[in-house]
Amino acid sequence: MTTSGILQIALYLVVLLALVKPLGAFMAAVYAGRPFWLERVFGGFERLIYRLAGVRTTEEMGWKTYAATMLLFNAAGVLVVYALQRLQGVLPLNPQGLGAVSPDSSFNTAVSFATNTNWQGYGGESTMSYLTQMAALTVQNFLSAATGMAVLVALIRAFARRSAATIGNFWVDLTRTTVYILLPLSFAFALVLVSQGVVQTFGPPAKATVVQPSKATLTEQVIPVGPVASQIAIKQLGTNGGGFFNVNSAHPFENPTPLSDFLELLAILLIPAALCYTFGVMVGDTRQGWAVLAAMTVIFVGLLTVAVVAEQNGHVFVEQGVDHAASALQAGGNMEGKETRFGIANSVLWATATTSASNGSVNSMHDSFTPLGGLVPMWLIQLGEVVYGGVGSGLYGMLMFAVIAVFVAGLMVGRTPEYLGKKIEAYEMKMSSLVILITPALVLIGASVGVLTEAGKAGIANPGIHGFSEILYAFSSASNNNGSAFAGLSANTPFYNTALGLAMLFGRYWLAVPVLAIAGSLARKKIVPTGPGTLPTHTPLFVGLLVGVVILVGALTFVPALALGPIVEHLNLIAAK
Amino acid sequence: MSTHIRPALVLLLLFTVVTGVAYPLVVTGIAQTIFPRQANGSLIVKDGKPVGSSLIGQPFDDPGYFWSRPSATSPFAYNAGASSGSNLSPTNPALLKAVQERVDALRAADPGNTAPVPVDLVTASGSGLDPHISPAAALYQVDRVARARKVDEGAVRRLVEAHIEGRWLGVLGEPRVNVLELNLALDAR
Repeated sequence: MTTSGILQIALYLVVLLALVKPLGAFMAAVYAGRPFWLERVFGGFERLIYRLAGVRTTEEMGWKTYAATMLLFNAAGVLVVYALQRLQGVLPLNPQGLGAVSPDSSFNTAVSFATNTNWQGYGGESTMSYLTQMAALTVQNFLSAATGMAVLVALIRAFARRSAATIGNFWVDLTRTTVYILLPLSFAFALVLVSQGVVQTFGPPAKATVVQPSKATLTEQVIPVGPVASQIAIKQLGTNGGGFFNVNSAHPFENPTPLSDFLELLAILLIPAALCYTFGVMVGDTRQGWAVLAAMTVIFVGLLTVAVVAEQNGHVFVEQGVDHAASALQAGGNMEGKETRFGIANSVLWATATTSASNGSVNSMHDSFTPLGGLVPMWLIQLGEVVYGGVGSGLYGMLMFAVIAVFVAGLMVGRTPEYLGKKIEAYEMKMSSLVILITPALVLIGASVGVLTEAGKAGIANPGIHGFSEILYAFSSASNNNGSAFAGLSANTPFYNTALGLAMLFGRYWLAVPVLAIAGSLARKKIVPTGPGTLPTHTPLFVGLLVGVVILVGALTFVPALALGPIVEHLNLIAAK
Repeated sequence: MSTHIRPALVLLLLFTVVTGVAYPLVVTGIAQTIFPRQANGSLIVKDGKPVGSSLIGQPFDDPGYFWSRPSATSPFAYNAGASSGSNLSPTNPALLKAVQERVDALRAADPGNTAPVPVDLVTASGSGLDPHISPAAALYQVDRVARARKVDEGAVRRLVEAHIEGRWLGVLGEPRVNVLELNLALDAR
C-alpha cells in the first residue's frame, strides 16, 4: 500500500464514522415520531400524502399485515417498471428514439430495481429512455431503499417494545423514510455532483468534432447526456447502484473527479452505518449500536487491506515491458479496468464498499482485478452484505447474525440466550437460520446450474477458471441483491435474465419476510431484566464473537466454491511466474 | 387486504410523480441555472464549435499528439455512446497479448525509448472513455511528440508539467493529465 492510499482510506473512514451519530440521531427522531426541524417544512406535504392515499397513521400493523403490504407495494412497483420499459418506444422523453426493451430483460430489470439489487443486464445509454430512467428506475431507487429501511425499523421496534402485538405501519415508515431522509439528502447531493461535472439535462446527446479524426472510426463524437445527477445521488444513498451509463461510476459523467468519488463513496455507506446508531437510540442503549458498527468496521478494514495489497502488487505485465511501480507520477499496480483519476486505492476502496453494502455500483471493472483482489468483493457479497450492508437490509441481516452469536454463546454456557432483553427461542432460531441459509443455497445452486448448462456457459467471457468465477459472482451478486458483476459475462440473455431475476426475488423477499416474522415474535415477548448470567452485547468480547460468527458462516459455506475459482486462479498466476 | 390496495397504488403514483418527475425536474432547473457548463457535459468549444468534452477522452494515434489510454469500447475506441471496459482478467492470454501489442506500437513510434511503459498507457480504462493519463505516461511520450512536431523537447515537457492536475487538496485521487486539453494546447502553440 502507498502512503497516499493509506491516507485516503483513513480519511474516508474518519469522515464516515464522524457522520454516523448526527445522521443516526436524526433518523431515530424520524422513526420514533419525535419532533425535528424538517417536519416543519414537509409536515404538511406528508399529511397530504396520507390523506390522498387513505392511510390512517394511528393504525399499527402486526407482522403479517406489515409483510403483506410491503409485498403488495413491491409487486405493484415491479409491474410499473416492467410496463414502462415495454412501452417506452411510444412514450415521451425519448430523444434517442429507443425502442421497447425485450420481455426477459424488462423482467430482470424490474425485479432488479424493486429489490434494491440494480443488477444491469443492459447498457443504460443505449437501452433506456429518459422517461424509463426517471419514472421507473429512479423511483424504485427511492422506494426499494425505503422498503429496506422500513423492514429494519419494524425489527428494531420489536426489540424495543414489550408484549406488543404490532410493529408499526408500513405506509408511514415508507413515506417518512422517503420524505424526510432520502429526498432531502439526494436533492442536496445531486447538486453537489453537478458542480463536479455530473450531467443533468433533458437535451439530446452532445456532438463534437474530434481533434484527430481517424480514417476508419471517428470524426464526430456523439456524447450521450441525460438527467444523470439526480439518479446518481439516490443510486448511492439508497445502496442501489444502478448506473445511468453502462460502466456505471467509472463513467466520467457519473463520477468525474476525485472529490465526486469521495462523496459518492461516502454516500454508499453513510445511511447503512448511521442506521447502527439509530438502532442504538431506538433500543435505548447506543452502546449496542456502536458494538454492531465496530464488528462491521473490523471486517471491512481487514478485507479492504487484502484487496488493496493485491491490486497494488498486481504486477501482471512485467514481461511485456510495463512499469508497475507506484510513484509520484503514476498509481502503478494493476490498472486494467481502472480510471487514471482514481488509481488503485480509490478503485479498491470503492469495490470493497460497494460489495460490503448492497450497492453494486462500480468505479472500476471487478472482472479485471487480480484473483485475490476480485475474491474480496465476491466474498463480501457472499457474507450476506452485513458489513454496513444495504440500507436497512444490511443491519437486519447483521442482527440475524447477532441472534446466532448469542445463541452460540448460550450453547457454550447452557443458558437460554437473550439479545437486548428478549429471549431467543426455537422460533427465532428457525427463522434466523432460514435467513442465513437461503442466500447461500440460491448462490450455490444457481452457480451450479450456470456451469452445467450450455445457456449458462455461453455467457462466459474469460477462458478457464476465471469463467467459473464470473458465473459464481453473478449468482452471488443477484441472490444477495448487490448488482455488481464480473461484467465480462454476457448476462443479457433469456437464461441469465430469468435465472438471476428469480435469484434476486427470492434473495430479497425470502429474507425480508422471516425477518418480519421474527419481529412479530420478539415484539410479543417481555423484556427480561439483565442479570449476572446475561451476556453483555456491547463489549469487545461480543464484537469479536459477532465477527467470528459472520466469518465462520461465510467461510464454511463458500470456501469450497472460492477454492475452485479465485484461489486456484491465484495459485496459477504464481505458478506461471 | 383490499383496504391496502388503495394506499399501495396511490402511494406508488404519488412517489412516481414526486421522486421520478418533480425531483429530477427541479434538480435540472437549478443545475442548468447555476452550473450550466457542467450540467451539459463540460464541452470544450473552439472557434464556435464543440471539439469534445473535458471529461470524455478521444483517441489519438498520430505521433505528434499525446496518446490516450487504450479503450475497449466497440465498435471503435472512445465510442461515447457505449461506454465499456475490456473485462479481461489478468490471467487471460488475450489481455497479455493486447498489452504486448500496445507496448510494441509505442516502441515502434519511438524506437529510441527503451524505458518500461507506464502501466496506465497500455491498459484499457474502466469506462473506455478515460480523459486522463498519468503524468508518467505523458512524460513518456514527450520525446516522440517533440520530434514529430519538430519543436523543442523542453517546451513540450513544460507544457505537460503545466497540465498536471495534482490530488484534490493534495490528498484525494491521483495526479493526472487531461489528454484532450493537452493536445489542444499543443495545437494552439
